[in-house]
Amino acid sequence: MTWKTTDYSGWGRVHTANGPLARPERAAALAALVEKTPAPAVGMRRSYGDACLNDGGRMIDMTRMDRVLDFDPETGELHIEAGAQIGQMLKIFAPKGWLPPVMPGTGFATVGGAIAMDVHGKNHHGAGSFGMHVTEITLMTPKGPKVLTSQKNASLFKATIGGLGQTGPIVSARLQMLRAKGDVMIVTERRVEAWDEFLALLDASEATYTVGWIDATAHGDQLGRGILEEAETGAGLIPPAKRGKRIPIDAPAIALSPSVVRTFNAAYWRRVPDKGRTVVKPIDNFFFPLDKIHDWNRLYGKTGFHQFQCVVPIEAADALRSMLERIAGSGLASPLAVLKRMGPGRAGHMSFPMEGYTLAVDFPNRHAAQRLIGELETATVQAGGRVYLAKDALAGPETVRGMYPEFSAWLKAVKSVDPDGHYITDLVRRLELRTI
Amino acid sequence: MSQTWIILGATSTIARSFARLVSDRGDSVLLAGRDMVDMQATATDCAARGAPLAETIAFDARDAASFAKILKRTSDIEGTLSVAVFVGSMPTQDALDADPSLILGTVTDNFTGPAEFLTMIAPLLEARGSGTIVGVGSVAGDRGRIGNYVYGAAKAGFHTYLSGLRNRLGRKGVHVMTVKPGTVDTAMTWGMDKLPFLAQPEKIASDILRGADRQKDTLYTPFIWWPVMTVIRLIPERIFKKLQI
Ligand SMILES: Cc1cc2nc3c(=O)[nH]c(=O)nc-3n(C[C@H](O)[C@H](O)[C@H](O)COP(=O)(O)OP(=O)(O)OC[C@H]3O[C@@H](n4cnc5c(N)ncnc54)[C@H](O)[C@@H]3O)c2cc1C
Ligand SMILES: NC(=O)c1ccc[n+]([C@@H]2O[C@H](COP(=O)([O-])OP(=O)(O)OC[C@H]3O[C@@H](n4cnc5c(N)ncnc54)[C@H](OP(=O)(O)O)[C@@H]3O)[C@@H](O)[C@H]2O)c1
Repeated sequence: MTWKTTDYSGWGRVHTANGPLARPERAAALAALVEKTPAPAVGMRRSYGDACLNDGGRMIDMTRMDRVLDFDPETGELHIEAGAQIGQMLKIFAPKGWLPPVMPGTGFATVGGAIAMDVHGKNHHGAGSFGMHVTEITLMTPKGPKVLTSQKNASLFKATIGGLGQTGPIVSARLQMLRAKGDVMIVTERRVEAWDEFLALLDASEATYTVGWIDATAHGDQLGRGILEEAETGAGLIPPAKRGKRIPIDAPAIALSPSVVRTFNAAYWRRVPDKGRTVVKPIDNFFFPLDKIHDWNRLYGKTGFHQFQCVVPIEAADALRSMLERIAGSGLASPLAVLKRMGPGRAGHMSFPMEGYTLAVDFPNRHAAQRLIGELETATVQAGGRVYLAKDALAGPETVRGMYPEFSAWLKAVKSVDPDGHYITDLVRRLELRTI
Repeated sequence: MSQTWIILGATSTIARSFARLVSDRGDSVLLAGRDMVDMQATATDCAARGAPLAETIAFDARDAASFAKILKRTSDIEGTLSVAVFVGSMPTQDALDADPSLILGTVTDNFTGPAEFLTMIAPLLEARGSGTIVGVGSVAGDRGRIGNYVYGAAKAGFHTYLSGLRNRLGRKGVHVMTVKPGTVDTAMTWGMDKLPFLAQPEKIASDILRGADRQKDTLYTPFIWWPVMTVIRLIPERIFKKLQI
């Protein structure tokens, strides 16, 4: 059978969908599907909200198309199927001295998902977004495969990168891998006492990979305290890999109650000694710290959770500080909160990154959290920033459109390849991105 | 010593996983099947993972002419030669009932085609005095069930053939392993509802490789199928004939 009707959801498990899914295992099967029943493509559903859903409609699961089609060990040029996972690429190529150019915080994301969201990693300030390293994209169209490059198909290329899957299923992509010094990470961890110090350290960081964990429950003098991690690849002894653990059941609500989170955060912050420390970590531990616990999203119970992520321009840093104040005051945040400095690098019309600071915070799905996120969205608009559609599950059409100034260029290119709206997803419907 | 795996039915999902695993550890692969485009993608993948040689070759279980060409190709491959058979097809019982002429093809894909190929290559392995033959059958071959008995019968035939081949080649240093997977999450089963103990192809492939390394004779994978099938095999026919399982 080609189609399997099932319930599914995004990583945050707040929105759900039901509909027929196909999971082609080879290019010929995908071509037949797109010719007869074009439908949006989906990867590992690591988007938090509804970008990876199509309630009542069809979707094409790309995860079985995950092979290396060509690799040049001299130049690091890679041609790979779109269902391949970033973590798999790391595993295959790190021992050969090459890394995926950009890695999001989960190794389960696929190449297709990384392109369609133009994802960023801990090296965004230097390396830019994922799409900036992509040299060629093959789309599957109803008439068969179509190869796009940035020179020959500039507008469609820019509409596909960060394009939310709206130009059709990506079958494969060519990209430039990054040279690595070895397959371990040398990580310097530093305790940061408060907000201003954090921004100063982020601004001054010269490391290739830089990321900040922030205690989103600390307020007053301690507002913005956290841990700064700076890392480089290196060679050395590899600590043995540990096997992944699984969260077997949905956790009860108490698991992430405010007092538990506050206590956890304080302990997590003190874990790093006063004077900081340098540690050697297996490469995947550094990039994908949460992947070792499979299905950790179930910790939030059946009602699910949200991640709010925004980026604001450098000069709006104070606005971001006020947002953090509000978050800390609410007592709703979970331990997962990240602060990063972004560079200007972005490769698509609808790409999220802009030069500035990005803050990402998780919240259990409650009314109070939804209200707070609404306020944070408004504050983001006022600060001239953006919310990240890979995480968003709540925003409204008016909020989002103004944040993406190249929206019309994107829409025009999308319409030219999908005039009938076959590739519309729940997110695109909610944000009315294709109905004007 | 270097090892090369001839993988029959290389476009199967389980076969792909298996080809990756052996490539990861530095074995070579000769991918045999019908969809050359798809096998080429698996070949480049295997090469990137570390297979010193990763080639494709045409194989159709229903066309014995294709067998000889594969044998010819293997003649200059040095080191240990091993074979893993993943070929199989499973039309629904309803389809077979409606068109009994489909039975012949089903038996050919699951049993007689691969058996003919293995019989042709056996002397080669015998002469080398090394290597492993992995034959993928199915738990469906352990008992004739109302919903699936033509496929089951073909697999049962293959199991019995492999058992005899094991008897013959074992004494010549060639090991034969029969694999009986339960339900696996592949294209063959996509969309069927409520499959018990559904396993991922990666799990089946790694069980197969470990079983082959340990020279197991018969492998139920995942392991839960061994007790399950032991019980099912023990049910008297008088009762079994009334069951819907
Ligand atoms: C723990 C965690 C950490 C994360 N950290 C980061 C981070 O640091 N930086 C960051 O940028 N993101 C991050 N993310 C978000 C994640 O990287 C993106 O949501 C990414 O798109 C997920 O990839 P996926 O394969 O799961 O795509 P899905 O969620 O399945 O799909 C995402 C979008 O891509 C489209 N799509 C997927 N595959 C294809 C294809 N083959 N062809 C066309 N369209 C396709 C879908 O239609 C959808 O619009 C994180 C997510 C998690 C769960
Ligand atoms: N999936 C399960 O639940 C399950 C359970 C028990 C046993 N098995 C067995 O496991 C093996 C692998 O199956 P799978 O699940 O991976 O399914 P699959 O992807 O459908 O694999 C079947 C393979 O057999 C090949 N094949 C069929 N007829 C052929 C022919 N005449 N000549 C050459 N090749 C032929 C197919 O090639 P094409 O790509 O060219 O069609 C394909 O490679 C099969 O033997 C199957 O019976 C599967």
